[in-house]
Amino acid sequence: MSNSGYVKEAPLVKGNHTFGSITALIADIVEKPTPFWWYIAFGVSNLLLGLLFLMLGYLIWEGTGVWGLNNTVAWGWAIINFVWWVGIGHAGTLISAVLYLFRQGWRTAINRFAEAMTIFAVMCAGIFPAVHVGRIWVIYWVFPLPNQMQMWPNFQSPLLWDVFAVSTYFTVSLLFWYVGLVPDFATLRDRVKSKLAAKLYGAFALGWTGGNRQWQHYEKAYMLLAGLATPLVLSVHTIVSFDFAVSIIPGWHTTIFPPYFVAGAIFSGFAMVMSLMIIARKIYGLEDIMTIDHIEKMNIIILVTGWMVGFAYIMEFFIAWYSGVEYEKFAFVNRATGPYAWAYWIMMSCNVIAPNFFWFRKMRRSIAVSFILSIVVNIGMWFERFVITVTSLAQDFLPGSWAYYSPTWVDVLTYVGTFGLFFTHFLLFLRFLPMVAIAEVKMVLPQADPHYYDEEGNEPVPETETTNEPNSNA
Amino acid sequence: MSSQVKEQESKVFALLAEYDNPAKLMKAAKLVNRAGYTKFDAHSPFPIHGMDDAMGLKESKLGWIVLSHALVGFAGGLALQVWASSIAYPINIGGRPFANIPAYVPVTFELTILLSAFAAVFGMLFLNNLPKHHHSLFNSENFQRVTDDKFFICIETEDGMYSEEETMKFLEGTGASHIEQVYE
Repeated sequence: MSNSGYVKEAPLVKGNHTFGSITALIADIVEKPTPFWWYIAFGVSNLLLGLLFLMLGYLIWEGTGVWGLNNTVAWGWAIINFVWWVGIGHAGTLISAVLYLFRQGWRTAINRFAEAMTIFAVMCAGIFPAVHVGRIWVIYWVFPLPNQMQMWPNFQSPLLWDVFAVSTYFTVSLLFWYVGLVPDFATLRDRVKSKLAAKLYGAFALGWTGGNRQWQHYEKAYMLLAGLATPLVLSVHTIVSFDFAVSIIPGWHTTIFPPYFVAGAIFSGFAMVMSLMIIARKIYGLEDIMTIDHIEKMNIIILVTGWMVGFAYIMEFFIAWYSGVEYEKFAFVNRATGPYAWAYWIMMSCNVIAPNFFWFRKMRRSIAVSFILSIVVNIGMWFERFVITVTSLAQDFLPGSWAYYSPTWVDVLTYVGTFGLFFTHFLLFLRFLPMVAIAEVKMVLPQADPHYYDEEGNEPVPETETTNEPNSNA
Repeated sequence: MSSQVKEQESKVFALLAEYDNPAKLMKAAKLVNRAGYTKFDAHSPFPIHGMDDAMGLKESKLGWIVLSHALVGFAGGLALQVWASSIAYPINIGGRPFANIPAYVPVTFELTILLSAFAAVFGMLFLNNLPKHHHSLFNSENFQRVTDDKFFICIETEDGMYSEEETMKFLEGTGASHIEQVYE
């Protein structure tokens, strides 16, 4: 208060780190012996991945009848899981692109991590619509190619838009991730002791020398990619929501869907980054980089997007009543009171009520609360997609065709299996790649700014210790 | 490696001066630029704000490469859809026009972004002359720390202003902590 309205920003990197210690902290994880838990986690993930392959094989062999779908409810867990995984992926792009454009320095601690999550989550997501087509051997019909009758795909179909949106999203995310990795690959190339590893990292580093003539174009490319990825991520979930909104099913046919889906995607994605980050920072000792301030900032975003989603739930209800359309009104009242009311209230409590703990600073800065709530939010967001997909289909216009949908064991195990795919990749990423953007973290150190030094270019004399960490009551 | 043997038989590629921090590098880069050298570069573990001006670099042309590809993606995406649905095999879908432009917006947009992103990445690599199998600077043992915590200026012998003694003397006056010759 005595600082006359001037709020001192907490340092982005805690501890007295130098450029060298940052390199060592992150790059040496790759060199250090692999912790025992990694092998256990990797083994379990591999088993689940095997399970996924079994389930997909069984599905392709037998047909989509092995799922719990029926004539009334033709979209079930597959679509729910697709939207859920894609949504999770969006936080990665938000953190890497949108926060970059807004010059949020704190993103550097988590962006590499979140981008990796995006890529693996989109891989998990992509499986579901692909196998949902039933006859996977003619999946090329979704590509812009004439089929055996010289017919082209229907470019007016939201499902086809989805193909373009998700595949573009995956490609651009991969490019963005790789561009960010190039300077860090060079760091590993210059650092690892094994000759083979140095050769491999060197190949991926593409001959990077860190010259400013390279950085100049690199920075431009990075900014342009951020500028391209930002509208892209919004378009992807908008198009995913079109899968629903362009149809005429009550409860789906609403214009609020695109912004509501995007907010929900960011909400669940941030929660997923949080869950993964809290584990990784502890195990790999990265608390100086992924600080409690980062967790607090992410919790604020979870709170904000949680309320955006909550607003959408309430607004949907209001508009259903205000529209005066019988079917629309029924769809929404039925969601809250009908056969799927249990799912609706799980969704409401996880997504709208649970994040309110984050109004309190103590809760936002508590690791345990953050971790538990991040899991709760992801459960809630899964149920949101369940409520949207299933309730609207199960009871539509004709009471005679109403049905109740339950998944089969194949549905459940396929979903469980995608976690195997996700974590197999994620663990490989933690093991072999720098999990924090080394060059970018160095950029946010105070020493990176030439103005930090005195006229002679020497380090300034450090101020008294007390000013170093103004609010470290973490 | 066998740097001893190498040094005798190959010619000098550049003079490499080492600096301790970004401020010293920036100062040196300004001096090198002002002295009139053109074939030089300032190497650092991370991009340094203001270095482009210090080195006197022109703005990157990458934006134009990306824009041209964006336009190709836009026009190509739209043309593909219009052509496929109204010329190659017109199909009546719910009585809508064959060339139903509003419905083509999503795919057109995605293809615009896709081509722009490819242009941004591969255009950047093209402008940076990457990928490269080897670079002469990698022959320097010290240069390995450019991706860690050291800062370097290299002046190539190809530079018109280069002279072995004068350039060395000049670099010594820029606050370098260490200067070496790097062989090709």
